[in-house]
Amino acid sequence: MTDAAPVDEDPTPAEAPWARLHRDGLKVTALLMLGGAALGGVPALTGLASGSSWPIALAIVVPGAVLVIGVPVALDAVRLHVTRYRVTDTRVEMTTGLLFKRRRSLARERIRSVDLSAHPLQRVFGLVKVKVGTGESGSGAGSLSEQTLTLDSVDRAEADRLRAELLRRAGVEAEADAEQRLATWRLGWLRYAPLSFLTPLLSGVVVGALFQVADWFGRGGLPVEVTADLVERYGPWRVLGMGLVAVLLIGVVGSLAFQGEAWWGHRLDREPGGTLRVRRGLLNNRSLSLEEDRIRGVEIVEPLGVRLAGASRLDVVAIGLKAEQQNADLTTLVPAAPRPVISAAAEAVIGPIATELTAHPKAARTRRLRWAAAAVLVLAAIVAAVHLLWPIPGFWSAVIVLGASLTGAWAVWTAFDAYASLGHGLHRGYLVARRGSVRRSTVHLDRSGIIGWRLKQSVFQRRMGLMTLDATTAAGRGHYAAVDGEEHEILDFADAAVPDLLRPFLIREEPEE
Amino acid sequence: MKETGTRLRPPRNRFDRRTLPWWRLQLVIATAVAVAPPAVLGALIGPARPWLLGPAAVIAVIGAAAAAVMPVWWHRVHRWEVTDTAVYSLTGYFWRTWRIAPMSRIQTVDTTRGPLQNLFGLSTVVVTTASSAGAVTLKGLDHEEAAALAERLTELTDATPGDAT
Repeated sequence: MTDAAPVDEDPTPAEAPWARLHRDGLKVTALLMLGGAALGGVPALTGLASGSSWPIALAIVVPGAVLVIGVPVALDAVRLHVTRYRVTDTRVEMTTGLLFKRRRSLARERIRSVDLSAHPLQRVFGLVKVKVGTGESGSGAGSLSEQTLTLDSVDRAEADRLRAELLRRAGVEAEADAEQRLATWRLGWLRYAPLSFLTPLLSGVVVGALFQVADWFGRGGLPVEVTADLVERYGPWRVLGMGLVAVLLIGVVGSLAFQGEAWWGHRLDREPGGTLRVRRGLLNNRSLSLEEDRIRGVEIVEPLGVRLAGASRLDVVAIGLKAEQQNADLTTLVPAAPRPVISAAAEAVIGPIATELTAHPKAARTRRLRWAAAAVLVLAAIVAAVHLLWPIPGFWSAVIVLGASLTGAWAVWTAFDAYASLGHGLHRGYLVARRGSVRRSTVHLDRSGIIGWRLKQSVFQRRMGLMTLDATTAAGRGHYAAVDGEEHEILDFADAAVPDLLRPFLIREEPEE
Repeated sequence: MKETGTRLRPPRNRFDRRTLPWWRLQLVIATAVAVAPPAVLGALIGPARPWLLGPAAVIAVIGAAAAAVMPVWWHRVHRWEVTDTAVYSLTGYFWRTWRIAPMSRIQTVDTTRGPLQNLFGLSTVVVTTASSAGAVTLKGLDHEEAAALAERLTELTDATPGDAT
């Protein structure tokens, strides 16, 4: 494989010439590096100059900058020069590498998704990064990357041509009917953005950054001093209140900006030939095309804040799209939007979804209340310990007690809410399971996509007559659970969901009346 | 048992008897690794002797007790079964887990032998499906039994068309 054999050993060399990546990609890299060097170089220059003198500072910084810009650009020039790709009747192939030739080849019939993306600089030059994914999903961490092929980058027309060509199935004629719009983003949906967990997260990041910047200038304690001054002048409660409002405001603005950038101009289409396409992005343009054959269901996700506002989000459960943490929104078909919109979109993707779910036994609620009670006890113990060990001024004591009481109350509320969320059912060809409070999710999983069961019962669950049913699947997160069902009923349910799989291992005893 | 309603029956087979010494040896090694540092230090450093040898003795006693009792218990608890349609396993006692992987969805069958397993003539068979959560692991089968099982599973899965997703 790794020997530098001539690459035209393929049986169909004549019709598929090797193509190269677009040369303007080099300009993009150069500009990016220039920007990075300027960003890092200017502060370094001023810092050094203030310590010594300008000529010395320049003598240090300029060669550094040349190195920082030159080396990546040179490497990228080599990469662009040696990388070739082509699409044959059966495969997509890419060769790259100067000393170590690497060749990646994907069978076209295995291609399940084509992901196009362009950041603002690439858009200036009309370039697009193309990522071709197959449905292969091994369990190893590296196995996913082995099964994707990335062309960084080609021009827009070529990207569109590749996308259309790679997802066109043999035997499926490109029908004349135009694409069908399933959902269109509205500006108003942005009102749900501040309700996401991004808001407190961003607030935290900003506060942390404040301290960091102060620390850079050798005044690490400055924010604390300023706060102390303010407290002296306005009193602690007012400062606490104002501080919370300010931090929250930053979070709101930040999450609006993030979500707005990510989802601006979003639309979900069904294209002729059986693919779904999501397009979105204000600065970074993204387009994900997904073969419908690979879709094993949908997940309606309702994070707490969004749910209380009467909205939800639609994720897809598809083979080859892992719901990973770092690119969680890759699986999202429709961002937070009013519930009727989400239901309509979900029905457009998999058909009718309205169904009654079987509630879980009361013991499941007892179990959640016990967890909440444990949390309350731990909180109480912490508050007591803090007060016994250190002398605490009245204000901080009040803040601690208030915080602990609110957290405790929230834990108890969550227990009731999480129990209310629990449910499972069968509807048409789908297994439906709902769970969660902070992140309530209802998964509609194609029963033909269930490739095994995992049943779990802890000692506590056994004593309460509960059991957790986990359906394993090749798609999405790999397994979706109906948590804490009644231990006998959940087995009947699994048996009904996938006939004959569980049957040989079941013992049926009719209840004696 | 006064239970009524649908229940899971346990898988038919226990693991090979030789898993008992294998598990026991693993526990002994783990105990030795934990006991060695305080024991050696305790032997070398006179003044700290009670503080080091005491815990070492406690760990050793717990380890020895575990090595005596746990394997017998595990042998009773862990079970497996392969039918014509599925691979079925039950593991754990405090957190019981039943796993079922249908024959038609099996992608790979791996047989591995660790150095300790080799000592006792044991093998591990891992049956994976296309799901990252769907693997069924059978630890502690006889060499020949494992080889025959792997061969049978491979034959059965090769006969099934499709990519098992």
